[in-house]
Amino acid sequence: MAETGLQVGIIAAYLLLTLGVGLVAYRLTDRTAEDYFLASRTFGTVVLLFTTFATLLSAFTFFAGPTAAFANGPEWLLVMGLMDGVLFGILWYVVGYKQWLVGRKHGHVTLGEMLGDRFGSRRLRVLVAGISLFWLVPYITLQQQGAGTALAALTGGAVPYWAGAGGVTLFMIVYVALSGMRGVAWTDTLQGIFMLGIVWLAAVWILGAVGGPAAATALLAENAPGHLSLGGGLYTPAYIISTAVSIAFGVTMFPQVNQRFFVAKSSAVIKRTFTLWPVLVLLLFVPAFMLGAWAAGLGVTPNVNGRILPPLLTAYTPGWFAALVIAGAVAAMMSSSDSMLLSGSSYLTRDVYRQVAEGVTERREALVGRVGVVALALVSFVISLFRPATLLQIGETAFGGFAQLALPVAVALYWRGTTRDGILAGVVGSQGFYLASVFVPFVPSSYQLPVAPGLGGWSASVVGMILGLVLTVGVSAVTSPTAEEDASVYERLSAD
Amino acid sequence: MAGSGARYAWSIVALVLVALAVPWFLWGSSSVVAGLPVWVWWHIGWMVLTAGVFYAFTRTAWGLGVESRGEVDG
Repeated sequence: MAETGLQVGIIAAYLLLTLGVGLVAYRLTDRTAEDYFLASRTFGTVVLLFTTFATLLSAFTFFAGPTAAFANGPEWLLVMGLMDGVLFGILWYVVGYKQWLVGRKHGHVTLGEMLGDRFGSRRLRVLVAGISLFWLVPYITLQQQGAGTALAALTGGAVPYWAGAGGVTLFMIVYVALSGMRGVAWTDTLQGIFMLGIVWLAAVWILGAVGGPAAATALLAENAPGHLSLGGGLYTPAYIISTAVSIAFGVTMFPQVNQRFFVAKSSAVIKRTFTLWPVLVLLLFVPAFMLGAWAAGLGVTPNVNGRILPPLLTAYTPGWFAALVIAGAVAAMMSSSDSMLLSGSSYLTRDVYRQVAEGVTERREALVGRVGVVALALVSFVISLFRPATLLQIGETAFGGFAQLALPVAVALYWRGTTRDGILAGVVGSQGFYLASVFVPFVPSSYQLPVAPGLGGWSASVVGMILGLVLTVGVSAVTSPTAEEDASVYERLSAD
Repeated sequence: MAGSGARYAWSIVALVLVALAVPWFLWGSSSVVAGLPVWVWWHIGWMVLTAGVFYAFTRTAWGLGVESRGEVDG
């Protein structure tokens, strides 16, 4: 019981520290919408790097990733390397840098706004915001659910699920509603550094106890030899490529990541962040996933939630350290959710509310944005209490849903021949196909290439992306731009 | 560097970085060196290499294909 008290104390202290950072940021925040949602585009390298990184990482780093490595081997390292290290880096330049230039020139705050401006289409703007919120809200729910489950497991039920999920929601509401993007980014930076430190400490501690990586790998070779060989089981070439491609492109269209394309202070910040992506991926995932894999050699078994990292920590480290790691995991979930709440609210405010309300001032928009944060947080919290299967499924397939937006947007950014009808067809067609693959039983979720069945099944998400690309280009080619469209919005850009 | 030559060259570099992020030629291999499978070492090396290539790109070709022609700074 004393141990539970200590663990709860560590997590409470951590939450209060986060709140403190949020409050300091609040004191620096203007009462304008651009400052609330984008911190007036002033972020330097460290904050941009860590806020994007912490936002990208959800509970996956601590729970699902190590657990997958435990069950199937550490090949997820390669998925992460391809996805976050290489592909996301390239997209950071191709989509992100371009969006930064466009947004800075025209003052865009959201993706829908950037598209609506170029294509002279309110319908496109509201559609993109609507699709984004559809996938986003259930995804936020998954984070709250993860926090509630982790806290209940850590304390042996002393903190019940609803209290854990609710408490984390309440903390986020307070600091996100108050301090906006600046507070979110600063707490993200704190959370990102904390997660990185805690993972390395856990790796050093556990490896020290079992006699180093060579000894741990030797045990793995003895007890689960399949884990050391590349591929096999779950991991087919098509699985690795589908997963990495779908998530990398999906991430760029997730509102909280896409909006970060707008916030850098200068092109030098974007350059430095771009270079550091692969390094950060390396530093975080190698220890996290190798620990999961090594656990298979050490004879540790997953806990009741099917997770491997908590019992591994319990076996080799003292209780207070396990609490710190759970605090790290809760940090990972919060740093994703807080950013999602803020970005979701900006979509709701700018792309929906401002399109229907007349004469909205900057101050009023920032106020409505805060109300939006509270509303989204409460809706996702209520969903996390009832956990309806359909909504959870939407959350679990959200990356694929966002990935469908990526190629039509990329085509629009670079090809002046893109028309409004073309991008509408690409967005609606790919979303329709992907939704059908998730919810309609007779639409398959996996597709084999007839000429290369040996590569395994390709996910519907990747198939839908190709469909979106073909529709955007094809329909654009056979339709003409309307008078409201202005291709020059995305042209003649320069960092100077 | 400027123009379409540089654009093609950097596109090929990007493709190689993507294509070999997974060491396909080690498929099925379980050899271990210095405590980790060889393919995990490949991943570590490839991430370091990618960071190096990204750095070189920011120094020599940043803006290529994104900023307006003739305004590519170094």
